[in-house]
Order: sequence, then structure tokens, then C-alpha cells
Amino acid sequence: MLKEKSISSEQKTTGLDFDGSWEYSPAPESTDHITLKERYDLFINGEFVPAESNRYFDTINPSNEQKLSEVALAEATDVDKAVKAARSAYNKVWSKMSGRDRGKYLFRIARLIQERAREFAVIESMDGGKPIRESRDVDIPLVAAHFFYYAGWADKLRFAFPGRSVTPVGVAGQIIPWNFPLLMAAWKLAPALATGNTVVLKPAETTPLTAMKLAELIRDADLPPGVVNIVTGAGTTGAAIVNHPDVDKIAFTGSTEVGKIIMKSLAGTEKKYTLELGGKGANIIMEDAAIDQAVEGIVNAIFFNQGHVCCAGSRLFVQESVAEEVIRKLKERMTTLRLGDPLDKNTDIGAINSRMQLDKIHELIESGINEGGSVYQSSCSLPEKGYWCKPTLFTEAAQSHRIVQEEIFGPVLTIQTFRTPAEAMEKANNTPYGLSGGIWTDKGAKIFKMTVKMRAGVVWANTFNKFDPTSPFGGYKESGMGREGGLHGLKPYVELN
Amino acid sequence: MIDHLPVLKTYKLYIGGKFPRTESGRYFPVNDKNQKLLANMCRASRKDFREAVVSARSAFAGWSGRAAYNRGQILYRIAEMMEGRREQLISELESQGVKSNLAKREVTEAVDRFVYYAGWSDKFQQVFSSVNPVATSHFNFTMPEPTGVVAVMAPDDPSLLSLASIISTVIVGGNTAIILASETKPLTAITLSEILNTSDLPAGVVNILTGFREELIPHFASHMDVNAFWYAADNQNDTKKIQELAAENVKRVCFTKFRTWREDEAESPYVIEPFLEIKTTWHPVGY
Repeated sequence: MLKEKSISSEQKTTGLDFDGSWEYSPAPESTDHITLKERYDLFINGEFVPAESNRYFDTINPSNEQKLSEVALAEATDVDKAVKAARSAYNKVWSKMSGRDRGKYLFRIARLIQERAREFAVIESMDGGKPIRESRDVDIPLVAAHFFYYAGWADKLRFAFPGRSVTPVGVAGQIIPWNFPLLMAAWKLAPALATGNTVVLKPAETTPLTAMKLAELIRDADLPPGVVNIVTGAGTTGAAIVNHPDVDKIAFTGSTEVGKIIMKSLAGTEKKYTLELGGKGANIIMEDAAIDQAVEGIVNAIFFNQGHVCCAGSRLFVQESVAEEVIRKLKERMTTLRLGDPLDKNTDIGAINSRMQLDKIHELIESGINEGGSVYQSSCSLPEKGYWCKPTLFTEAAQSHRIVQEEIFGPVLTIQTFRTPAEAMEKANNTPYGLSGGIWTDKGAKIFKMTVKMRAGVVWANTFNKFDPTSPFGGYKESGMGREGGLHGLKPYVELN
Repeated sequence: MIDHLPVLKTYKLYIGGKFPRTESGRYFPVNDKNQKLLANMCRASRKDFREAVVSARSAFAGWSGRAAYNRGQILYRIAEMMEGRREQLISELESQGVKSNLAKREVTEAVDRFVYYAGWSDKFQQVFSSVNPVATSHFNFTMPEPTGVVAVMAPDDPSLLSLASIISTVIVGGNTAIILASETKPLTAITLSEILNTSDLPAGVVNILTGFREELIPHFASHMDVNAFWYAADNQNDTKKIQELAAENVKRVCFTKFRTWREDEAESPYVIEPFLEIKTTWHPVGY
């Protein structure tokens, strides 16, 4: 646990202390329209079936540690059943279906999601801890948009790759993380289905519920049985998918550590793979930036979704001449962030996704203090139950510190300063990761110079953490390979002929 | 009667724009079909490879920063320089056992390969780029960038045409390369290095080693400052080991190889693509 006394809170010094006169009333999103079953089985071949072992594991609400439901624990035999269903659906139905009809199924799924958007948003926030403001306004709308976008590609694939015709890869095994549970499912499913593949998808252990709700929706959409199979479980379930001999392609989003294990497991096989792994995004503030906007951008870059974002701007680089102002304004802004009930519409910072993740974040914050970083946390109070971490920043952070080198995946920002753009780029690129980056400046020429020099797959200039189905996403270096989204997101799911 | 006693060439490595011998002092003989010695080739070591990676890395910023037009001109210049040394390349191929008519054809096609990819230098970006109509008020575009330092093991045959293909596809995208030449026919690779060295190609952009694949595979696959490994050689028994070692730094691994390496197979922007990264840039739109 944290040593409280080593952490400074400077609420009284801020200009944004409203002195208690601006109390917010609770504004909780209603949950009375949500129905969750007591348990969820695996979705294989269009039906819900128990795991052969008949074992289940709990999924809890991280904001109050209450059990929401339990889900089946799939093992290798269950995965095998799912792969067989996917293979059969591929051979008999999906690979033979016209692109137009595949597309119409995807449009149908997009529409059904729009119709049930609020329900999905509420469950996403209950199961994962993210603020309803984000699940309602970002995650679920992007899910529908992603299906809608790839639906349109299904009958137009011959225009996607000049000089080549395309065929599907076959059965895709897809393993997704807990930070954007349904959105990651959409990123995986939509391009795979549009291009004619069938799927075995494994949701993350701590956030399986929206995926199981999606399974119900897919059944409602009359998608042919076996085209999408969803198996819940833990690491061993994922390993069974990766190692299954009849899977043609693996798509994984998760940590770099697990990504490397998957690469090794796939060595010597013919399986294609794409990996969307960790990051340690640099967010660079130049002295000519619009400072107030940049401060908002910094907050969005690191505190969006409690920092559970692979492309988070977790390393802040500020030009020396404006560092004092930026840090002062940032600290002020942090005190106004509202932490608490994810279902409250005024909440900015929700719950940390799991006890395990909270422990990891605390361990890294401690290491930052021990290695000489100067820590600052906002003064908000934490609810008694559940997993919470105050918005945190470190000044005096050095390139060698673990908090600068390692992905924390929590609301923890490190701040370093620089004098010249060249120094900023040198520091920004000095990491094994290469997923995202940000540049803040009012000068266009500087933007293009710096965005090109940044060795990262997604670069935001004067903005951060924006996503769109038309926009390819993915990393350089140890942040993975392959792209999801846009025209480029089709490539991992096709063979070029 | 001999009116001119031939002056034989010492074949060395090509690292950082220089022609050093292997630091290991080792060699391997290459003979003609009558088992007569053609050359003692350098048997490159792990340390030679690491030196080459350092050269390739330090050349990367400069080469990837060149204008595409400039890279295209340099690739074309390589073709010009090759053209002037056709006879030497042909006779070297012949001495290594390639039939005369095939040797001529191979050199012709190798020259043309550089011309072909010279032309792609400022075009593949347009094929692989996109402007993305995002729903929010942002301007958003996607374009390819080089992967970085690419290590390659070239196949034995056709030794020159495959090497020309490999060099042109890897460097046209702005990457720098370390290439292990054909093990059985390495002579033309070193002669091609001399051509590269007089074609305005900056030092370190292409580094060429000779030696044994089996010995060097673990080093090529595991080096932490190599971004991609293209194993284009014929014997593919080592794919598992290569991929396992490459995982240590999430290296891009490519096993593309062609039966003939002739134009219908090896000329395409999709051959460049494995050594490109895709970058997406966002900017708000508004007053």
C-alpha cells in the first residue's frame, strides 16, 4: 500500500478550489432496465452451452466488489468445439456467402447495437469500472460505427488492394483485453467477418459481460451458427486458441509480455498474426502551444479510462520555458477531476479494473517514489469499497526510472522537461514501445517535422486519444504489428492473390 | 604465353561504406565447377554482424530522411553503375557455375530490378496511404514509413537477381539493411557492393556480409536493434527458431521467397510492404 505521508496534495494552492459551494448532486445512471443472468455459458455454434468441465468463475463490479454474474470457464476441449463450429461455418456458409449478404448481417448488428446502446454502456461500466460518460459517449457509439464501417467493405474488397484479388484467411482466433471490452470485440469481429472469416473470440477474464450480451445480440441478428463463437476464460483459454492447429490467424490485443509469448507459441506454424501490444506514449508540449488546451489534452491523454489505455500519453515532455505554468495548471485541473461511482454521469475517473491491476499500479507508484520521483496526487477522497487510484503525476522523473520505462496502465503521468525539439524527440523515441504520441504546438511546420520523427503508429497533434473506425491503429517496435481500423485493417484478414 | 598475369581480387565484407576483412580472421573457399579456387571469402562472425547493425542504425535517420525522389535517383544510379560492369558480373556468375545465357539474362534482369524499384520510390506511399474521413472534426491521414534496420539472409540462387531484388525493395522504403549473401555464389555480392559504393548510396545503408547462414541465424534473429528479419533463403527448416528468437523484440519476420525471382513474381509494391510501418496522424479542424 501507499505511504500517504510521502504524497503531497496541494488543493489549497489552486485557483479552482470552489470551497465546497459547488457541490454536485449524485447523478447515477439508472440500472433498473438492465437484466443480467446469474450465469453465462459459452456461445458456440449459435447456442449457449456450459463448459465441459461445468466450471464457472465470478465477474465482479470493481467499484463495489459485488458479484455481477458468473461465466463459464472454457478449456481446451471447449475451444476445440468452438473452432470446429467456426470451421464448419466457414466451409459451409460464410466463405460462400456473397459479400453483400455478409455486409447486411454486419449492418444489422450495427443497428441492433445502436438500439441497445444504453444497456451496453451501463453493463460496460458495471463490469469494467469505466465512467458511464465514456462508455455511453465513446465506447458503445464506436462499436456501432465500427460494424457499420466494415459492413460496407464486405462487397467492395476487390477495390481495396490494387492489382490483387483477396480471399479470406479462414478461422480467426481473437483475444481481447479488459480496457475497452466491447469496443475491442468490435475491432476484432467487424473486419474479420466483413472479409469472410469466421471467429473464435475470447473476452478478457474480468470483463466478459458485454461480450456475452453481444452473443445474444448476434443470435438475435440470425447470424449463421458458428460464424461467431465466444468462449470466456482465463489465460489457459487464450493459449488453447493460440495453439489450436485449425486456427489460421491470431489477433491479440494485450500486454507486450503476453504478445511475445504468443509470437513464440506461433513460431514454426503457418498461422498469420497481428499484435496490438503495450505502449508508453510521449506527449510533447512545445512552448508555443495553446497551454490551456494542452492541459486539457494532457488530462485526456493520461486520465481517460483511468489510464487503462495502451495508447495513453503516459510520458509528458514539456519545454522548459513553459514547464512551470503547465505543471501548475495541470495540478489545478487534476483537483477538479471527480473520482467515484462509474455510473454517475459526473464521474471523470472510475474504478480500477481489478485488484490485480490496482496492486500493479501501486507497486509502480512506490517504485517511482523510491527511485527519486516527486509525486503529486489530487486531493479527492476514495470510496471505501472497490478499487481506486487517485490521479497521480510525477515530476523529477528520469529516463531510467521504471515509471518512465514501463507501462503502468493506470492514471499515473510522468513529467520530464526538454529544451530543444531534437532533445524532445530523442527522449520520446527512447523506449522499446512505439504505439502513440502527441505534439502540442501552434506551428504547422513543427507539427509535421515532429510527427514524422516520432516512431509510433498513431500520432495526435493538438489532440489526443481520438478513435474512429476509418482510422488505422497499431504500433511500431514492441507495441505490435498490423493495423486495426480503416482500409489498412482489412489486410490482416485476407490473403492477396 | 601470358601477356598479363591477372591481378586477383580479394573479396571482403561491406560494412559502413568500407571493405573490411572479417574481424574473426576466418575464411571459406569458393571453388569453380572444376574445384579450382575462385576466392577465399570472409566468413563473417557475430561481431561483424553487430558492427554492420551499428552502421545500418546510424545510417537510418539520414536515409529515411532523404526525399523519395532522391532515393529513386540513387537506386537508378545503382542500375547505371551495374550496366557499366555487366561483363564483370556475367563472368563472375559464369565462374560460379551459371550457364552463359542465363548469366547474361540474370544480370540484365538485376539491372532492370533496380530501375523498377527506383520508379516506386515516390509512388508506393500513394498506393499505401489514405486520407481517413473520420466522423469527428479532425483531419486524419495514414502513410507508410520505413520499419528501420532490416536484416536479410539471401537465397543461393539466383544469387545476383535475388540480391538486387532484396536491396532495392528494402531500401526504396527508407530502411537500411544488413544482408548475408548467397553462401554458394557470394562473389557477385561483393562486386555489387563495389557498385553500391560508387552510386551515391550513403555509407551504412546497405551492408553485405558473406558467411554461413546456420552460424549467423541466431544472431540475425535475436539482435535487439534489428527491426525486421527477412529470411529469403531456400532452406526453411529454421523458421521456428527464427520466430522464437525474433519475439524478444517483436521483430517483424518475413519468409517471402520466390522460385525464380523474375519480374512476374518479385516486382510488386506488395514486396516492399512487409518493411513498412503504417502511421496515422490526427489534427483538429477548426478556428
